Amino acid sequence: MSRALVLLRREAALAWGRGGGPLIAVGFYAGVATLMPLAIGPEPERLAAIALGAAWVALALASLLCLDRLFERDYEDGALEGLVLSETPLELVCAIKCLGQWLATGAPLAVAAPVAAIALGADPALAPLIFLCALVGGLAFAFTGGIGAALSLGARRGGLLTAVIVLPLFVPPVIFGGGALDAFAGGLPWQSGLALLGAYAAAAVALGPVAMAGACRNALT
Amino acid sequence: MIQALAITELALRRGGRHLFDGLNLTLAAGEVCAVTGPNGAGKTSLLRAVAGLLAPEAGTIGFGAADPAAARASGLHFLGHQDGLKPARTAAEELTFWTRWDGASPGALETAVADLELSRLLALEVRRLSAGQRRRLSLARLAAAPRALWLLDEPLSPLDARWRARFGEMMARHLAGGGLILAAVHDPLPIPARELEIPA
Repeated sequence: MSRALVLLRREAALAWGRGGGPLIAVGFYAGVATLMPLAIGPEPERLAAIALGAAWVALALASLLCLDRLFERDYEDGALEGLVLSETPLELVCAIKCLGQWLATGAPLAVAAPVAAIALGADPALAPLIFLCALVGGLAFAFTGGIGAALSLGARRGGLLTAVIVLPLFVPPVIFGGGALDAFAGGLPWQSGLALLGAYAAAAVALGPVAMAGACRNALT
Repeated sequence: MIQALAITELALRRGGRHLFDGLNLTLAAGEVCAVTGPNGAGKTSLLRAVAGLLAPEAGTIGFGAADPAAARASGLHFLGHQDGLKPARTAAEELTFWTRWDGASPGALETAVADLELSRLLALEVRRLSAGQRRRLSLARLAAAPRALWLLDEPLSPLDARWRARFGEMMARHLAGGGLILAAVHDPLPIPARELEIPA
């Protein structure tokens, strides 16, 4: 157990520093959220109508950006071999890597999400639910994203390949999260959307590491 | 826990290219074997196959009475070209992580740091270290976490004459304690070793 904690601390520290870490992720998020009104027009009514959806899509894109080199750096510098040759199952190693990723970039993005949505004109009363959805969604993004990052190991332009693999996996959380927020804004029952988002995240946490470990073993041998 | 290494009729293929076949090697506790051969003959691949990082095309690799999966998980050190050290982290952070990951105690880490004269380097970022200093950091992992089988890929190349001799003493101590060493080398090891040549 202490070994898992040691790895989690290292992974969170590496994700914090990787490609600028949370600062870049939040900056990218703010940039995409700022582009929306420039393209759509500054009228508050029009912006308010798309605020939630735009903030949610921008969150998915920012999460995608952070995935770059989640496994690749360890693969290139030999650390992955060191992590494989241990008593800790590779599946657990992969899960811990994604958890570190979520702590270092998913959580800061979840804090930024309500700010971006409100800046675009969303109702401030939505802020707690946006935060919650972004936090749970971020977990799903990290664990499905890890599959793409592991599968693209060793490929040239792996970052681009990761995006192509991962975007379809991001569809359900975007639908569920966006649906829950829309329902809440419209005064409709929103719990089912959040429950589905949570279920997807749980499935990703349970199954993702198995796929990642398989992909890592395949890349090494 | 690994008492012996037995490789029988091993054939390896890497990236679609046939490397060698019919390779036999047995290593008992306290024995060291230096694997030699031209570039690309398959020395590194042999070490990777023993570590379980490369599936053999034919033949078997056994670890005496020990279960292969358990032996690989906790019975061997693999010191490859790539040391897995992150350039942006300090030597202390990296060494602490890897030795704890290998299951070493904090006391063993301190002893290894003293043995390999690393205390003045610990505060530096790994990127500031020379190749030889980085290698000494990797050797500290071997010293801190006792594991029976050492798989060493060109362990001497970045070390200067003094550290080659010191590393020789380290290997001799490891063998005296019942360890096994399989090393891929171009230069002879600083201790007497059996040779296994892989033809081109």
